[in-house]
Amino acid sequence: MLFALEHVSCARAGRSVLADVSVDLADGTTALVGPSGAGKSTLLRLLNRLADADAGVVRYRGRDVRDYDVLALRREVALVPQLPALLPTTVEENVGYGPALCGHGADVAAALELAGLDRAFAPRRAQQLSVGEQQRVMLARALALGPRVLLLDEPTAALDAQARDAVERTLLSLRARLSAALIIVTHDMAQAGRLADRLVILEHGRVREPGEALTA
Amino acid sequence: MSAAIHPSLGQVAATLALVVIAALISAWQRADLERDIGIATIRSFIQLTAIGFVIKLILDENRLVFVVALIAAMVLFGAFTARRRARRVPNAFWPLLVALAVAGISTLALVVALGVFKAQARYLVPVGGMVIGNAMTAAAVALNRLGDDVAGAAPEIEATLALGATTGQAMRPIIRRSLRSGMIPLIDSTKTTGLIFFPGTMVGMLLAGAAPIDAVRLQLILLYVLLGSVSLAALTAVLLAHRSFFTPAHQLRELPHPAV
Ligand SMILES: Nc1ncnc2c1ncn2[C@@H]1O[C@H](COP(=O)(O)OP(=O)(O)O)[C@@H](O)[C@H]1O
Ligand SMILES: [Mg+2]
Repeated sequence: MLFALEHVSCARAGRSVLADVSVDLADGTTALVGPSGAGKSTLLRLLNRLADADAGVVRYRGRDVRDYDVLALRREVALVPQLPALLPTTVEENVGYGPALCGHGADVAAALELAGLDRAFAPRRAQQLSVGEQQRVMLARALALGPRVLLLDEPTAALDAQARDAVERTLLSLRARLSAALIIVTHDMAQAGRLADRLVILEHGRVREPGEALTA
Repeated sequence: MSAAIHPSLGQVAATLALVVIAALISAWQRADLERDIGIATIRSFIQLTAIGFVIKLILDENRLVFVVALIAAMVLFGAFTARRRARRVPNAFWPLLVALAVAGISTLALVVALGVFKAQARYLVPVGGMVIGNAMTAAAVALNRLGDDVAGAAPEIEATLALGATTGQAMRPIIRRSLRSGMIPLIDSTKTTGLIFFPGTMVGMLLAGAAPIDAVRLQLILLYVLLGSVSLAALTAVLLAHRSFFTPAHQLRELPHPAV
């Protein structure tokens, strides 16, 4: 199993956000679906240890995530946050930043291409791009790490319908071309259906079992 | 040095007229600072009078242990005061305490070793006070900026951590900015010194009747000493404090104060 959450609870700012969540996330492409505030981002951050659960265990390939070297885990399980947060420099330097941290070079052109950006973007100032383009630079930045798992937090939430469709096409092509597992957070059930093999539904900090009725 | 001046209490009282102007301006423009102006005036009178007696005692005794005790007390009070200005930094007291101690001790040791001042109370006490006072301001400004920047740039910091950056790597741009915030005011005032303002030491010496060239040289010595000590204080405070925002696993902690 790629990830297994066992009785995970997590509070933010003193309020319980995830309550006794147990769920398995298999290899392949999984969509984590739920309304805004359900705790999707909070759950995603547990997978690459941007935060730790208050109770319970998160396992990655059978091992407690806390038993991995945290920096190596984050390079292997790369997270693309919901909002772009780029360094005030060029696209190229942003994409090369992660590999450079551990002394590697990066194939910037290949990462840009996978993320659906022309290589002409490389010398441009990252923060002067549109939100959609910045989002793709964020994706390229994660892809440059050569991750085994890609965690995408609401990759289209900040985009209009046209840009959303384009990002969905990019993600589908990534699915086909990369061996990496994808975990895609979205509040859009239809999008989840278009992109993923499997759905995990999160509501009010709990995973809804398959077949369970939708609560209001 | 020529005839010293001896201001009377009456002369001090007369200058309260200017404090009244400050209070009137505040009241008129609803700046809501009258209370603070009053507290500042009373506290400065009490504190300076008290420290005057302490310094007199220390100078009369001229014993190095008293100097050390006074400087230790200034470091302690400085750290307490600066902590209040760096509210957003968790456990800011210890970094500030170490920063002020490092700045104070190393600067004084250096100026004595270089033969700039003799290791006597009449030099070490005023220079130490000035160094620690300026170091406190710089460290407080730097930590204040650090706290604001961490709160404001949390998404950027976490995005960088998510790429496998360490706490130190993710914080490098913020550390740089905090350090600059702490150091720039003194650097700027050093640049313009003599042009648009006369620094305090020079003013004091001129009022006391010293030759201008002596006043200038002593002022230069003190400005250069301050540049070094202020930088040391800001750097030490920022380097020690920035880790308190993170867990050992390079995770940004939830901030205790919500962004305002
Ligand atoms: N940094 C934070 N500080 C305090 N509370 C937060 C923070 N982030 C999220 N929360 C709260 O945690 C709950 C779940 O948030 P989140 O995991 O972001 O939900 P989702 O991604 O499903 O919209 C929400 O109630 C939200 O207000
Ligand atoms: Mg979210």
